[in-house]
Amino acid sequence: MQPHPTSSTTDAPSNEAISRLLSGKLLLREEFPLDEKTFQRFLEQKLIAPTASILTKAFSHQCQRCGNKKKSLFALIPCEICLSTHLYCRKCIEMGRVMACQPLYYWTGEKPVWPAHADPCTWEGALTHLQQRAADRIAEAIAGQEKELLCWAVCGAGKTEMLFPGITKALKLGRRICIATPRADVVRELLPRIRRAYQDVEVEGLYGGSENKAGSAQLILATTHQLLRYQDAFDVMVIDEIDAFPYHADPSLPFAAERAKTSASTTIYLTATPRKNHRKRINRRNLPHIFVPVRFHGHPLPVPKLNISFSLKRDLKNAILPQAFQKWTEARETKKRQLLIFVPAVSMAENLQEPLTQFFLKERTISSPDQLTAVHAADPDREEKVQQFRDKQLHILITTTILERGVTFPSVDVAVLDAGHEVFDEAALVQIAGRAGRSPDDPTGEVVFFHEGKTDAMVQAKEAIRKMNHRGGI
Amino acid sequence: MECLWCQEAIMPEVNWATLVQLSPKRSLCPGCEEEMERIHGKRCPRCSKVGSDAVCRDCSWWEERMPKETLAQNYSVFSYNARMKEMIAKWKYRGDYHLGHAFKQHVKTAFADWNFSEEAIAVPIPLSEERLQERGFNQAKMLASFLPLETEEVLTRLHGEKQSKKTREERILTENPFVLEKALHKPVVLVDDIYTTGTTLRHAGALLHALGCPAVYAFTLIRG
Repeated sequence: MQPHPTSSTTDAPSNEAISRLLSGKLLLREEFPLDEKTFQRFLEQKLIAPTASILTKAFSHQCQRCGNKKKSLFALIPCEICLSTHLYCRKCIEMGRVMACQPLYYWTGEKPVWPAHADPCTWEGALTHLQQRAADRIAEAIAGQEKELLCWAVCGAGKTEMLFPGITKALKLGRRICIATPRADVVRELLPRIRRAYQDVEVEGLYGGSENKAGSAQLILATTHQLLRYQDAFDVMVIDEIDAFPYHADPSLPFAAERAKTSASTTIYLTATPRKNHRKRINRRNLPHIFVPVRFHGHPLPVPKLNISFSLKRDLKNAILPQAFQKWTEARETKKRQLLIFVPAVSMAENLQEPLTQFFLKERTISSPDQLTAVHAADPDREEKVQQFRDKQLHILITTTILERGVTFPSVDVAVLDAGHEVFDEAALVQIAGRAGRSPDDPTGEVVFFHEGKTDAMVQAKEAIRKMNHRGGI
Repeated sequence: MECLWCQEAIMPEVNWATLVQLSPKRSLCPGCEEEMERIHGKRCPRCSKVGSDAVCRDCSWWEERMPKETLAQNYSVFSYNARMKEMIAKWKYRGDYHLGHAFKQHVKTAFADWNFSEEAIAVPIPLSEERLQERGFNQAKMLASFLPLETEEVLTRLHGEKQSKKTREERILTENPFVLEKALHKPVVLVDDIYTTGTTLRHAGALLHALGCPAVYAFTLIRG
């Protein structure tokens, strides 16, 4: 972080800037962009207050930054700073170590006044009728400071655009907004779009490794992890992909999102595949929601085909292409379409690359081995490969579930190998199927689940997609 | 018990050996255990560089410039592969002290393999006071505590640039960053996390030797 230019001079002119920078944060000492003298002065003036970083109750501890309570994620350190042995949190250590001997600090000075923008939206596109209805509902919830609203919109409904009227409303009212998403890829993709839509508003994107870390803008896009540094900050919290894996699986993230909101905030949840807990609350009518069952281009969602292949697992293990898969690709209607092949494990992605290359070369779907590759989460060239697929330099991409959501390719067919594997739960399969038929120019696409025996997840995913098409009146 | 690296539960293996004798508790799951690369087979007898059992070029280069007594030998446990880089980053730079226990058993067995029979004193390479205040612990001291040797913290380090930002030439030309607080008249095993060029260890070795230490060795977690 850059030391703040006004931090060493008198506070009179800089109060507002300082409070924008520090208000709403919960930080370790080293995260404050202040020199020691200024920091001590702020403490004395009670502009900053310390709070315990790890609380211990009877037999359990809780990290006050990430909410971690799991015993195995606390450890003892013989600390050479305070010269005693005490706890530290292993869970959120990637964001700087929280140690029992060092407090967290928060701003207790005056709260910043965020500007009320007269007409902040510079986006000139139009919403479809259904999008508009959802967008109006979101804006209404924000204006009325309703507590929460879930927007259930199918893959490809155009969720981002549906947020614009609500964001505009919030900016007109001088509120602070955060759009949180589980994945850095999505922050990177969204940032330029939001900046174009709000050209005169300060917009920041925060993710691990992002250039900008100040986090002092009125409109912030952030990975949910970045919310661990906030407390009582946002009047409007949009949580994208509320059902997605890290948010859904890691209790720290809901903990942080909850703490990052102000007391009179509105939370908007976005999802294409709500999890059971949210569906239950919707059915019991204690979670207001708005449903967008149709894609922005008005065409139905592609319904997956279930294709059984005996000895599938054995074939895949031996890097042999299952018969059923070979037959399907040979009979594929539009071979011009790019092909996304989902596999359950990194090792399988790697093992199948060679046989798939040989197969598609022979089949003349690709003309050179460079047109096919495999990608997974820890792949150092991940961003580049996805971009090459987008640019159509790659024709076929083998991928793990990392590309199940958030990414849009205009014209692809989708195959899932070993769709019965446990990593492919219902939500994942619905999302995967949602990769096909995204473009109005090619609104269909084949989706095939290759399996050795139907699982509930497959059947439910197919059923869910049918139901959504039905609700959309198609 | 969860794996110290990936947090997956470790299934305890039950067989006669684990029932009869208390075999050491696993701190990593089998998958993560496999990712670490112990140095086996041929290595440079002077610095543990992997590949050949002849004295390597680096070591001959040193021999021409420094008396052998400044550092008679370095023995390392692991190669510096991608996983080890990640582990070191988390342990040392992020400050995940507890992760160091993942190395404990390997350090012990490697030290036994080294067959270092002499009555020696372990001297951990220190951090500067500033660095220690940042990190909260000295990784070399933690490693030294795993060894069956008496530990003496007789070195202190002056604050300077981070070693890793310098080139080899710059490193060799820099002045000795250490101060020796007490002379030791027994053989010494310097302990550090990584041997890269050996300059740091030779700086320390030169001081110890000049003040009467009969022989200086090094035991490092990683041969970089």
